[in-house]
Amino acid sequence: MSILVDEKTRVLVQGITGREGRVRTRLMLDYGTHVLCGTTPGKGGGEVHGLPVYDTVEEAVEFHGAFDASVIYVPAPLVKEAALEAIAAGVRLLVLVPDRVPIHDVLEIAEEARQVGAEFIGPNTLGVLSPGKAVLGMMGGRADAARRWFLPGRVGVCSRSGGITSAIGYYLSKKGIGLSTMVHVGGDAVVGFSHPSALQAFEADPDTDVIVMFGEIGTSQEERAAKLMANGTVTKPVVAFIGGASAQKGTRFSHAGAIVEGDRGSHESKVQALSEAGACVVSKFDDLPTAVQAVVDAL
Amino acid sequence: MARLHEYQGKNLLRQAGVGVPAGKVVKSAEDAVSTVSDLGESVVLKAQVWTTSRAAQGGIRFADGPEDVAPIARELLGLKLGGFPVDRLLVEQKVEIAREMFLSIYVDDSVSRPVLLFAPIGGSGIEEILGSSPDKVVRRELSMLKSFRGHEARSIVRQAGFRGKRLLAVSSVLVKAVKLFRSCEARSLEINPLVETRDGRVLALDCRIAVDDYAVFRHPELGIEIARELSRPPSRLDRIAYDVEKNDYRGTFYFIEFDDDDDRPRIAFHGAGGGGSMMSMDAAKNEGFCLANFTDTSGNPPASKVYRAARIMLAQSNIVGYFGSGSGVASQEQYNSARGLVKAFLETPLTVPAVVRLGGNCEDEAVELLEVYTSHLPVPVEGYKSDDSAAECAQRLRELVDHPDRWPLPGPKPRENEAELVVNYGFDTVTGGRVDFDHDRCFRCPEAVCITACRPGILTLVDGVPRLKITPREAARGKCTECLACEQECFFRGENAVCITLPIPGLDT
Ligand code: SF4
Ligand code: SF4
Repeated sequence: MSILVDEKTRVLVQGITGREGRVRTRLMLDYGTHVLCGTTPGKGGGEVHGLPVYDTVEEAVEFHGAFDASVIYVPAPLVKEAALEAIAAGVRLLVLVPDRVPIHDVLEIAEEARQVGAEFIGPNTLGVLSPGKAVLGMMGGRADAARRWFLPGRVGVCSRSGGITSAIGYYLSKKGIGLSTMVHVGGDAVVGFSHPSALQAFEADPDTDVIVMFGEIGTSQEERAAKLMANGTVTKPVVAFIGGASAQKGTRFSHAGAIVEGDRGSHESKVQALSEAGACVVSKFDDLPTAVQAVVDAL
Repeated sequence: MARLHEYQGKNLLRQAGVGVPAGKVVKSAEDAVSTVSDLGESVVLKAQVWTTSRAAQGGIRFADGPEDVAPIARELLGLKLGGFPVDRLLVEQKVEIAREMFLSIYVDDSVSRPVLLFAPIGGSGIEEILGSSPDKVVRRELSMLKSFRGHEARSIVRQAGFRGKRLLAVSSVLVKAVKLFRSCEARSLEINPLVETRDGRVLALDCRIAVDDYAVFRHPELGIEIARELSRPPSRLDRIAYDVEKNDYRGTFYFIEFDDDDDRPRIAFHGAGGGGSMMSMDAAKNEGFCLANFTDTSGNPPASKVYRAARIMLAQSNIVGYFGSGSGVASQEQYNSARGLVKAFLETPLTVPAVVRLGGNCEDEAVELLEVYTSHLPVPVEGYKSDDSAAECAQRLRELVDHPDRWPLPGPKPRENEAELVVNYGFDTVTGGRVDFDHDRCFRCPEAVCITACRPGILTLVDGVPRLKITPREAARGKCTECLACEQECFFRGENAVCITLPIPGLDT
């Protein structure tokens, strides 16, 4: 098994006719993701990579039956509309790839999703990849690279940075440590599927033994993850690295989520919370693969 | 988060129907004095800068009468508070405070909802008080789908101990403030203190609003120039970079100049992807470098955007090195970054060593492009891949900076075409650039590498010279991705017949 996505997941791409939509649909198809069709309002009746394009998600459901997941590639100001459309059409997992989605839009999506029990990854996410099975989003960029970089196995990865998600997957695979699923939870201040969600999903996955988490300064995700470990909800071993040690307080870097407000979300508070909860927190990123190896060997 | 000044926030509150003291914004001591006729003798002068504990830093002063106002205003306008020079003051009528309260509405990521905090006490130091006695605060999570109702506000205010008329007056402020929070898409809105005056009015004495950067585009009425939180006024290069980002939606370009300047060697820092960038910054700092700036180009930016980013970075003074490093395993095709860097390095031209970690998709091609096409420069330019760590790359840059004697010898100069380019064909690009050709040179060209190098395949040979296969309009609307391949391949393997101009408003003039 794996979390969130495998080769059987039935997938729809919203915004399939755009620049990114086209290119990343190619990646998903080549990697083996079960993409059935796409939508772009106003472009119904067309085709992309041999897949039919519909005007609405509702119409796509009429032709293909229910979808498990929708990957969204529309421009940031239109993401809310697309996400709410997918939720209304019964899709229960959304991947919001675009960057710069207004935060109040995200809050609205979150509230509607909560009401019906839908989950969304992102926004500002590379997506999720279960090696050898399927990818949602753009992780790996190209199928041949994704196949070479990420080996299947039993370590789950979650990260607030897209590039680092790939980097962890790559360095672990190079060491011969395979991965169950890698998920980029997104770099924004408010995200749907967060580190705490990922930890719980990996905990419930019989094919994940160890969890690797890349955290960052800002937001409360790592502190909440630590709480889940401390109260026994998450019992699998967690190896973590927290980025942004030398970032000044109050300075925002390119990740909107990486801003320290007051004492909340500082590097020290995260490292401390996770260490106290029993996670193995490495202080140098380059030490991560070795630390994971040690934990895997000790199982 | 784009922060608003106190006076801007108060204007919004006033428009939303929340009471604020009568006041005026002034930029000079003379104007400050002239407000007294409207506001009366007793006024408070408040420096309009983004800094915490303004009062403790002497940024808030009381004055009685015109003779008192002038010197205080002059003094305040000469101050620098928390890195910001004070260039405007808010002069307000002094009010007699009967009681202080605290109101805050902010986006709480842990519940993915706005949260409202209200306390029957307020003023400076309130965070500490509320931290140690949380029972004094009433906290409510707000719905995004329903509007905030009067009865909800009354329930909160009642819980804080208010009754009767006062309950009514205060709860109506809560309703209006929540409405404003929603309509201006704030990340946070804080009124501290909210006061009851001796004469029974409820007024916002201070106001801090931070608007969501990503929503600024749909709020031109707020007049936010740079939708970013800076700890000082934006520099010239900050502004130039911000405009580049605003005019090109493809990928992300983020730039801030740092002002920490010490005796450590200063380098230009070019990251890719937030997480990898922060890690790479740490690596550079560990090598004893001082960073002139923070740059991030990611999310699959075109070569032109990376070019503009690099040009802006190289316009910084006193740089001894150029460090490019991201996550090391990028999903984006890295030849775009390589081409952008090559163009910037050749045009500037580069005078300091550069170490660039280009790990990720197509890294072999990217590193080869970068190194081969800059090999004739008098300074080393080295590309690295996914198996090279950020720490190793930072170390390598340190070595190059410290030991010019160990630099490898430059390669042979490419064959220069002395004569001026005679442009007789060309088209516009999506960011206001131009791709120009000298077709007379193309007649001598055996291979026409520009055609095969063009990734989107929009060029074709017509009567022996390259022309667009599509309409110039389509090219200008983005079909020409500004990948820079035609120019570079023609320069090194053709007849140097292409010239791509990518203006950077404010930089070259
Ligand atoms: S490579 Fe240069 S010289 Fe040759 S055809 Fe193309 S533009 Fe003309
Ligand atoms: S014409 Fe083609 S090769 Fe030249 S910049 Fe445009 S897209 Fe690139």
